[in-house]
Amino acid sequence: MATIIVVTSGKGGVGKTTTSAAVSMGLAMAGHKTVVIDFDIGLRNLDIIMNCERRVVFDFVNVIQGDAVLNQALIKDKRCENLYILPASQTRDKDALTKEGVKNILDQLSADFEYIICDSPAGIEHGAQMALYFADSAIVVTNPEVSSVRDSDRILGILQSKSYRAENNQAPVKEHLLITRFDPVRVDRGEMLSIADIEDILAVPLLGVIPESQAVLNASNSGNPVILDEKSDAGQAYKDTVGRLLGEELPHRFLEVQKKGLLKRVFGG
Amino acid sequence: MSIFDIFGKDKEPKSASIAKERLKVIVAHERRARNAPEYLPALQRDILDVIRKYVQIDQDQLQIDLNDDGNCSILEVNVNLPK
Ligand SMILES: Nc1ncnc2c1ncn2[C@@H]1O[C@H](COP(=O)(O)OP(=O)(O)OP(=O)(O)O)[C@@H](O)[C@H]1O
Ligand SMILES: [Mg+2]
Repeated sequence: MATIIVVTSGKGGVGKTTTSAAVSMGLAMAGHKTVVIDFDIGLRNLDIIMNCERRVVFDFVNVIQGDAVLNQALIKDKRCENLYILPASQTRDKDALTKEGVKNILDQLSADFEYIICDSPAGIEHGAQMALYFADSAIVVTNPEVSSVRDSDRILGILQSKSYRAENNQAPVKEHLLITRFDPVRVDRGEMLSIADIEDILAVPLLGVIPESQAVLNASNSGNPVILDEKSDAGQAYKDTVGRLLGEELPHRFLEVQKKGLLKRVFGG
Repeated sequence: MSIFDIFGKDKEPKSASIAKERLKVIVAHERRARNAPEYLPALQRDILDVIRKYVQIDQDQLQIDLNDDGNCSILEVNVNLPK
């Protein structure tokens, strides 16, 4: 049986796809057979971030509609043999996803994989609800900013009332808070919500804090999930995040303003 | 104390603390609405209709909230009447 993890947020553009790519790669590199599914029908992006956009032949909706079998649509990652990608379709029809169709695919994947990562579209409507419906666990991606925190709370409400687990009186979906695009300099100046503020309001255990980082843009430019950039702050923060998902106890890093040493100031860094 | 502490710094609340206060209010309100029984909006409309039999008020002059108090729920009704 696979563990199904949804990466969700409500608000758009907060880092769900970046996180889905990094976490799925991290789990796979740790030796777990992992598949990452792009639920963002019509706006697929995960294939670009994963650098497999030119290898997409069939997609998620083709499989649901019976035009292809699962194995024809799954793309094997070239960097890590434990990782597979199931791309979203470019169809405009957002209702192409049905509970039955999604369940059927997740059941098939469950037989072969240890982790299934679902990259949710933005919003709290149908697409986002399909992505989270069958989840065992949720990574709620939140930026330190009012509208993002509010939307995270809405998504938590949906996880608690409209997921399969909630509707069938099973153990609740396990919730994890992932704060991304965190900038300690701005927190120090009192311009940005702090980690404690966000934890206080959402009351969800903190899985990780990913700093605002140039490395994320570099990663998306080159199509390498940022976790592969092992020297970068964001890469290391994602690596810790995956470690915690797997049960390791690791301190949170990159929370403080980095004091640049003299050498760094002179030579840049 | 640096020169920055004299000018400006602690005079106004920082925008982050304003953000936190606003968020607390919004989130508490939305959570109550989420957990409220389904009849609450209808009840609110009916109460509004009863009041309007006597005084004309705008919809936003009536606020109702259902608060959990352990054994029972307390319905809080706030009405602003024009002078
Ligand atoms: N830690 C970070 N530091 C800097 N930029 C980031 C970080 N995380 C994400 N970004 C940038 O933010 C943008 C949105 O990221 P991403 O596509 O992962 O968000 P999303 O939540 O999947 O968006 P959508 O809701 O549209 O699916 C991208 O340009 C990405 O490079
Ligand atoms: Mg996305």
